[in-house]
Amino acid sequence: MKRKGFFGNWGGAFIPEVLHQTFQELEQEYRKAKDDPAFWQEYSALMSNYSCRPTPLTYAGNLSKHFGGAQIYIKREDLNHTGAHKANNVMGQGLLVKRMGKKRVIAETGAGQHGMATATMAAKFGFACTIYMGEVDVRRQRPNVFWMEKMGATVVPVKDGSRTLKDAINEAFRDWVTNLDDTHYVFGTACGPAPFPEMVSWFQSIIGQEASRQIVELHGKLPARIYACVGGGSNAMGIFQGFMHDAVELVGVEAGGHGIASGLHAARLCGTDSSPGVAQGYKTMFLQNSDGQMLETHSVAAGLDYVGVSPILSDLADKKRVRFESATDKEVIAALDLTMRLEGIIPALESSHAFVQAFKEAPGLSPNDAIIINMSGRGDKDIFTIAHAFDDPSWKEFIIARAEEYKK
Amino acid sequence: MQLEQILKNRRQEKEILLMTHIVLGYPSFEVNRQVIRQMVENGVDCIEMQIPFSEPMADGPVILKANQESIAAGTTIADCLEFGAEMADTYDIPFLFMTYYNIIFKYGEEKFLQQTQDAGLKGLIIPDLPPEMGEDFFRLAEEYRIAPILIFAPTSTDERMAELNHWAKGFIYCVARRGVTGRKSEFGDDFGTYLARCRKATDLPLAVGFGIQDRADVQALKGKTDMAVIGSRTIRLVEEEGPEAVGGFIAGLR
Repeated sequence: MKRKGFFGNWGGAFIPEVLHQTFQELEQEYRKAKDDPAFWQEYSALMSNYSCRPTPLTYAGNLSKHFGGAQIYIKREDLNHTGAHKANNVMGQGLLVKRMGKKRVIAETGAGQHGMATATMAAKFGFACTIYMGEVDVRRQRPNVFWMEKMGATVVPVKDGSRTLKDAINEAFRDWVTNLDDTHYVFGTACGPAPFPEMVSWFQSIIGQEASRQIVELHGKLPARIYACVGGGSNAMGIFQGFMHDAVELVGVEAGGHGIASGLHAARLCGTDSSPGVAQGYKTMFLQNSDGQMLETHSVAAGLDYVGVSPILSDLADKKRVRFESATDKEVIAALDLTMRLEGIIPALESSHAFVQAFKEAPGLSPNDAIIINMSGRGDKDIFTIAHAFDDPSWKEFIIARAEEYKK
Repeated sequence: MQLEQILKNRRQEKEILLMTHIVLGYPSFEVNRQVIRQMVENGVDCIEMQIPFSEPMADGPVILKANQESIAAGTTIADCLEFGAEMADTYDIPFLFMTYYNIIFKYGEEKFLQQTQDAGLKGLIIPDLPPEMGEDFFRLAEEYRIAPILIFAPTSTDERMAELNHWAKGFIYCVARRGVTGRKSEFGDDFGTYLARCRKATDLPLAVGFGIQDRADVQALKGKTDMAVIGSRTIRLVEEEGPEAVGGFIAGLR
């Protein structure tokens, strides 16, 4: 028997009683929207008018030639308004919030992209907005913080625990249980208590719907493989859903950090450091110790630096429908460098993980085959991190000079 | 004797019972010992001992910090079980464990229940395990005669309270308000209506917790509930004035 909110062994809604009623209402509203064709039409129209959908599927001719194997296509989620796939989920939930009549939204954010998208949606729809962000992430993603605040959101740096995404999620839940009458928690990824994993995946499925049509138009047939980075898993779920029932291999790429053997990574489904657990309202594979305490994770990409993973992806891993790999920080920087130089495209550090694995495998495929890399977001938001990783001398000079100017 | 009966017997003799809370290993097990001794000597009727978890989503800043510092100091689940056994063996009041579900899930449900029973504890509070997520666990707890204590919230409908009551044993923990632990609660008209709904939904003793700070709060609850729960307040007291301040504070509540 399929238990409600579960995907195989994973998922569920492990929530405090005070949230029970709120989740009942959210579940109802979501089912109503899903059964109402007008809702998806409204959503789709909003995304085309406000967020450049459908996003292009770009043929990467130079990269394809460089690797001499499969034809490489890039799904350009970076061209969404606010620069990442996060907008798909956020605008969808925004429409639900309007239907529910709530006036305030809160969100957690890691890389800042989800917070940024939520702040944008709140500005457009006229909601009050508070964003919780780990203190570590506030530091490494300062430009996004600036924009969120400029759009009227309050950004709260979270100083508990590892001061990253998981701690921001805990803090957002604490806000929600206090203000649930007028507030909706815009969960940013396909994790958390049911119905979030399914609902977020539903909004993100717009990526796969478009890509499956586009690849046939451009390449004449379905691709051999699809690559997507996996933090919480929403961009991967988004594109994978367009090909779930086809003979297409799906590859999820996790953060290898300093290498799987180093322990400093965020590999939940391809490493050996994770085990089944229940936290943040859902059951999945978590990076935790033998006592069930969550471990510190590491990635150069804030958006992948997370202890858990979508329960739907844990199930797809069990079923061997999705293959999971990892990419190290170093490999990520190299892939990003190559993509910028050969295609003039700047993928986010998160998305660059998918590029790494695609580059490893492309040479082994036939030129008749196509592969798609889901470019979940753009990299220019990461300018501080990327410039630092490249150890770029002229950028350093600029920062020093600007700091001197501000001191005056 | 099972928890419900122990509390009902105690309630015969007192106008209101007191339950207190500690976070195990914070600031140390030695301080936990001193605090519990003073709590028991000053008439506390039941103590919940929280096994720390790295992601305590239902707790406010005071208990959150205590959880994190305890884990950072090296507290293990095995330490907590051992300490629980020592307390239950030393004092003649019921002790409970409070923790998040992952701790039990990861330890092994049956092994955890077996050791909790061996330790002489009477019940468990798991704020993130609603009965529909843990039907097997709730059945197992009954086998081991460990009372799964369930929580009512102001947002729980009458129908939901009835459903929770079906699974609950020991007593019902009524959360006084929305939000997390540690912030002050108001006991106005809405609260009275809510408590009346709780009372109607169950024959189990009722405990009221979240934000109960002082004598005035406990007095206000007399006649409305069977037990008042003091949580974050004593943790702050120990932080500010040391463990020796706990006895006088508890003695002054009733």
